[in-house]
Amino acid sequence: MKLHVLSVLVKNHAGVLSRVSGLFSRRMYNIDSLSVGETEKPEISRITIAVRADDNTFTQIQNQLAKLQEVIKIIELKKEDAVLREHVLIRVSAKDRTGVIQICDIFRAEVVDISPEFLTAELTGTPDKISAFITMMEEHQVKDLVRTGMTGLQRG
Amino acid sequence: MEMRGSDIVIECLLEQGVDTVFGYPGGAILNIYDSLYRYSNKIRHILAAHEQGAAHAADGYARSTGKTGVVFATSGPGATNLVTGIATAYMDSVPMVAITCNVGTAYLGKDSFQEIDIVGITIPITKHNFLVKRAEDIAPAIRQAFVIAASGRPGPVLIDITKDATENLTEYERMVPQKADNTKTEFTPRELTKAVKLIEKAKRPLIYAGGGVIAADASKELQQFQSLIDAPVTLSLMGLGGFPASHSVYTGMIGMHGTKTTSLAIKECDLLIAIGARFSDRVTCDTDTFAKDTKILHIDADRAEIDKNVLTDAYLVGDAKAVLSALCKKLKTPQRHPEWLKKIAGWKGAYPTFQPECERLTPQAVLETLHTATGGDAIICTDVGQHQMWTAQFYGFDKPRHFLSSGGLGTMGYGLGAAIGAQAGNPDANVINVTGDGCFHMNCNELSTAVKQKLPVIDIIMNNNVLGMVRQWQRLFYEERFSETTLDKKTDYDMVAKGFGANAYTVRTQEELEAAVKAALACRTLPTVINCIIDSDQTVLPMVPSGNSIQEPLLEL
Repeated sequence: MKLHVLSVLVKNHAGVLSRVSGLFSRRMYNIDSLSVGETEKPEISRITIAVRADDNTFTQIQNQLAKLQEVIKIIELKKEDAVLREHVLIRVSAKDRTGVIQICDIFRAEVVDISPEFLTAELTGTPDKISAFITMMEEHQVKDLVRTGMTGLQRG
Repeated sequence: MEMRGSDIVIECLLEQGVDTVFGYPGGAILNIYDSLYRYSNKIRHILAAHEQGAAHAADGYARSTGKTGVVFATSGPGATNLVTGIATAYMDSVPMVAITCNVGTAYLGKDSFQEIDIVGITIPITKHNFLVKRAEDIAPAIRQAFVIAASGRPGPVLIDITKDATENLTEYERMVPQKADNTKTEFTPRELTKAVKLIEKAKRPLIYAGGGVIAADASKELQQFQSLIDAPVTLSLMGLGGFPASHSVYTGMIGMHGTKTTSLAIKECDLLIAIGARFSDRVTCDTDTFAKDTKILHIDADRAEIDKNVLTDAYLVGDAKAVLSALCKKLKTPQRHPEWLKKIAGWKGAYPTFQPECERLTPQAVLETLHTATGGDAIICTDVGQHQMWTAQFYGFDKPRHFLSSGGLGTMGYGLGAAIGAQAGNPDANVINVTGDGCFHMNCNELSTAVKQKLPVIDIIMNNNVLGMVRQWQRLFYEERFSETTLDKKTDYDMVAKGFGANAYTVRTQEELEAAVKAALACRTLPTVINCIIDSDQTVLPMVPSGNSIQEPLLEL
């Protein structure tokens, strides 16, 4: 099934997120990731949802979302004409500090915290780049990891 | 003008033209009931025996009148008792506004006495819901709720108001209510042209209409459309009455217990025109074989229904009345399909739906007796099970808003509450609830409501001593292991009914039935329970076993 990304503008009301996420779970739509935050207008939030679905189900998802009273606009973010980004924080063993920093340099990740035992790095990039970075870091015993889920804007 | 929140609730209902509400008081909703006391000359409150009954009554009121039903309940259990009633209305797209009160804002989120997150609970079963914590937000929420409930595809809306919001004072100004605009259509001229071409090309069109036709008050337009394209018509359970059952081109109901004629028509038609219907699993049966060689044109108010269960070849999104009017205008020349209609008439003659005579009263005889006694003009409610399907098959509904039944959710215990609501909204109508002995026990407490309100609803119990529909499935698929479906209750129905203050008859013969129905119809001040003793092994036929193709209905078991 194809990965689709939706950018949904919603009224910034309490409970909107549970309305949206509840719709996905009860209709058996598969959410890959979901992120939410305020927009330039404080009364409006933007929810970015990555879903795996065939084309017909993807249309269904948009039609069902459109029925929610608090949904203002639904935009499909297509890879070719949108900027899609994700953020990761990853804590690994500091035993081979140089090795870790080398990987960080290649990916242009930043080291944001360090202790005698552990080192924490952050990276922003396309989901593919984030995944590649994580794979490379795995040899340094990943202790904790958090990905924010995808967010994005249309180009132009 | 400065007003208390609870008075604003009532004022806003008056703005909307509400004159009847159903409900049950309690701690959190005390302020609203206090206001109701002062407004009692303007709004009639019908006190139910249980909040579920009140919700079904608001639903029955809405289905029978076309107006939005209103129900009140208090916090906690009062609110949760509404849930089945709200879900019933949601599944069948019935406009309803449920107003519940919650504990004071300061007590929210602390597991306070009778506190429940009813907004959270009802998100999946409402079109929208509100948690109102300030008096100044009450009026906007109620006004919006009525618009949402009645717009597009109708449905229930819940407003939960904290007790302090109903207590506090705020400014209120009367406003003219915003009308729900249902004339809007969302189709393009190209989509309309495509639909018209499909219709003009079709040699064997079949119309399959559902509840959307009734919700949109589009029965007249449906008949115009039918005569223009000369197609036979089948109806879903929800659509019964949307097209006259007595019309010569009516093929009978569609679906699991639809007619053989309809099954054959689905198989042989070359264009299926679905109007205000949603291809429910009880209609299509196995979707892979349903109308698979047929083009499908789907007309519905809800875009999300298009291609949801069955893929379509063309669609028009919009209110059934508006879309049918547009289609009629665009179709230049009337179509004629005499061969096709002749074939349909042949099937109708060859495969009638009927029950063979037996020693006991047959459900068919009971329903035909009701039809004759009421001139086919009664508002008939049902519960859920065999009696529901028999009513759908044998009463013969010629008018919309005369058959009230829980089609989507299949709620046992729906009927009596719905009948009370229908009678409250249609004081002069004959309102009959057809129920079973299983369903009767679910919500018979509402007989007390009908007695107190002097509502002359008639409760017809198809008493077969079993949970008949489940028993039928056990017979077919579980080698007659009748697990927990033989009721053998010691209930004395006459005594129960009389205990509530209702009239009561138990009938075993046609003569007894006719006399009881006559007496019940003559009594306009009290409800009547007629306990009809029927055979335990009466079945609902035709039947398409779950998962099978609609093309092969069983005609005998």
